[in-house]
Amino acid sequence: MAQPKVLASVSERANYWKLFLVRFREQSYFFILTLPAIVLLVFLFLYPLVSFFTRSLFDPSWTTEHYVQAVTGAAWGKIFLNTFEISLFTTLAVLFLGYPLAYLLATISNRRVRNLLLPLVVIPFWTSVLVRSYAWIGVLGRKGLLNVALTDLGLISSPLALLYNRPGVYIGMIHFLLPFMIFAIFAVMRGIPQTLLQAAEGLGASPLRSFLRVYFPLSLPGVGAGCLLVFILALGFFIIPALLGGPKEVMLSMIIQQQISEALNWGFAAALSVILLILTLGLYLIYNRFMSFERLYGGEKR
Amino acid sequence: MSRPLGTQVPRTPLRRILLYAFCTLVFIYLMLPSLIVIPISFGEATYLELPPESFSLRWYQDYFGRQEWVSATITSGVVGVLVAMVSVSLGSLAAYGLVRGRFPGKTVLNALIISPIIVPMIITAVAIYKLYSDLGFLGTIPGFVLGHTIIAFPFVIIIVSATLRGIDESLEQAAMSLGASRLTALRRVVFPMMLPGMVTAAVFAFLISFDELLIALFISTPTLSTLPKRLWEGIRIEINPTIAAVSTILVLLTVLVLAGLLISRVYFERRQQR
Repeated sequence: MAQPKVLASVSERANYWKLFLVRFREQSYFFILTLPAIVLLVFLFLYPLVSFFTRSLFDPSWTTEHYVQAVTGAAWGKIFLNTFEISLFTTLAVLFLGYPLAYLLATISNRRVRNLLLPLVVIPFWTSVLVRSYAWIGVLGRKGLLNVALTDLGLISSPLALLYNRPGVYIGMIHFLLPFMIFAIFAVMRGIPQTLLQAAEGLGASPLRSFLRVYFPLSLPGVGAGCLLVFILALGFFIIPALLGGPKEVMLSMIIQQQISEALNWGFAAALSVILLILTLGLYLIYNRFMSFERLYGGEKR
Repeated sequence: MSRPLGTQVPRTPLRRILLYAFCTLVFIYLMLPSLIVIPISFGEATYLELPPESFSLRWYQDYFGRQEWVSATITSGVVGVLVAMVSVSLGSLAAYGLVRGRFPGKTVLNALIISPIIVPMIITAVAIYKLYSDLGFLGTIPGFVLGHTIIAFPFVIIIVSATLRGIDESLEQAAMSLGASRLTALRRVVFPMMLPGMVTAAVFAFLISFDELLIALFISTPTLSTLPKRLWEGIRIEINPTIAAVSTILVLLTVLVLAGLLISRVYFERRQQR
C-alpha cells in the first residue's frame, strides 16, 4: 500500500504505473462496495431534499416571497423565537441534570455497579418517544400521578397545570435529550485519568478546587459537544411539543408539518425547512470541531 | 441505588452523598415513563387511573382484538426486519469499502452517509413524502422499508465501521498472502469478526424503524400504517389504556431486545477470547 516517494529511473517509473494500475483496481473494488448505499442515499435522500428545497424559490416560478414571508411575518418571528427559547432552556436544563450523572457513571470504581446503572440511562433512551409522551400525559395530567400524589401529601390544594403548556414540553424534551448529553459527557470523562485528581489533591488542593481546576476543564469538550448536539436535536423537535404542548409551544418543525398537511403551502414549508437546515448545519459545523458523530454513537475505538 | 456504593468506600464524604441523592432523583425521572405505563395498563378504568383500583386485562384484550392495532403491529414488525436486513447488508459493504479503501472522495461519501442524522427528521420526512407521492409509493411496504433504511444507514455504518477498525488489517493480508482470495479472506477471516457489530447494527436498525413516526406520519395510508402512526393517532384522539397496554408490550420488548444484545455481545467476546 505504501506509495513510492522518489521515482529515480525509467524502469521505476514503469513499475510505478504497474503499481498504480494494481492500486486503482483495488481501490475501485472498495469504491464499488459503497455504491449500493450511495445510490440509495442519493435517490431517496439527496435528490428528494434538493427537489423539495427548490420549491422554496420556484413555487410556481422564481420567487423570494416565501423567504421574505418567513423572515418578516410577525407570527413566524414568534415561532423562531419560541423554538430558540425552548431549545436553549432545554439544553441548559439537560446539562444541569446530565453532568452530575455522567460524572457519577465515570467515577464509579465498581464496574458491576456501573453496569447496573447504565441500563437506567439506556432503557429510557431506547423507549419509544410515543410511549414516553403517553406516560407523561398519565403522570402530568390534572388527575395524573404527580398531581394526585402532591394533593394526597397535602402539598398543593388545586392541581398544577403541567400538561399542554410550557412545563409539559420541557419535562418531555429534557427527558428525551438527557441520555444524549450523558453519553456525550461520559465519553469524554471516561478518558480523564483519576490519578490527575489524586495528584492535585496530593499537592494540597481541596477536592472542590481540584475538581474545578483539573477535572471540569478536561470535561469541557464533552459538555460543548453534548450541548450542541442537544440544541441541534431540540431545534428540530416535533413529536413531544405536538403531544405535550399547547398552542403557545408551537415549534418550527410543527409549522413545517402543518403547512404541508393542512395548508398545502409547499413553497413556504420549503423555505422554513431551508432556514431550519442552515441553522442546524451551522451548529453542526461547530460541533464537528469538538467531537465526531461516530464517537457519540459508540463508534469510538476501544 | 446509593447504598451498595456507600459500602464500597469506607467513609463517603458528604459531597459524594449529595451526588448520589441528586443522581437517584435523575434516575427516577429517567425511568418513570418506562415504568409507569405498566400499572396503567392493568387497570380497569377507561381513563388514566393511578394506582389502578382493580386488576384487569381488558386493555390487552382490546389491543389483541382490534384489527387496526394488530395489523399495524405486523406491518411495523415486517418493515423493521426488512430494514435491518437491507440496511445491514448494504451498510456493511459500504463500511468495508470506506474503512479499508483509500480512494479520493471518501470524506464526501462519509458526510453523505452521516447526513440523515444531521438533517432534521421532519425535513427528511417531507422530502420523502414528496418523492413517494410523485412515484405512487405511498402506503407501500417497500416505501416504508426504503424510507426507514435511509434513517438507519448512518447508525449501521458507524457501528460496523467501528467494528472493522478494531479488526487488524494484517489478518486479511496474512490470509491472502497464504493463498486465500480476497473473497475467501473476507468470508473466513473478516466476516466472523464483523458479525458482533453487524448483529448490534441490525438490532438498532430494527428498533429505529420500529419506533419511527415522522416518515410514517406522511407516507401512511388508511390501508397501511405502522404501529407508531397508530399510537400517535391513539394518543391524540382516544386516550384510553389500550395505549398503555401497547406501551407496556413495547417497553418489555425493548428491554428484552437490549438484554439479548448484551448477552450476545458477552457470548461473542467469550468466543473470541478462546
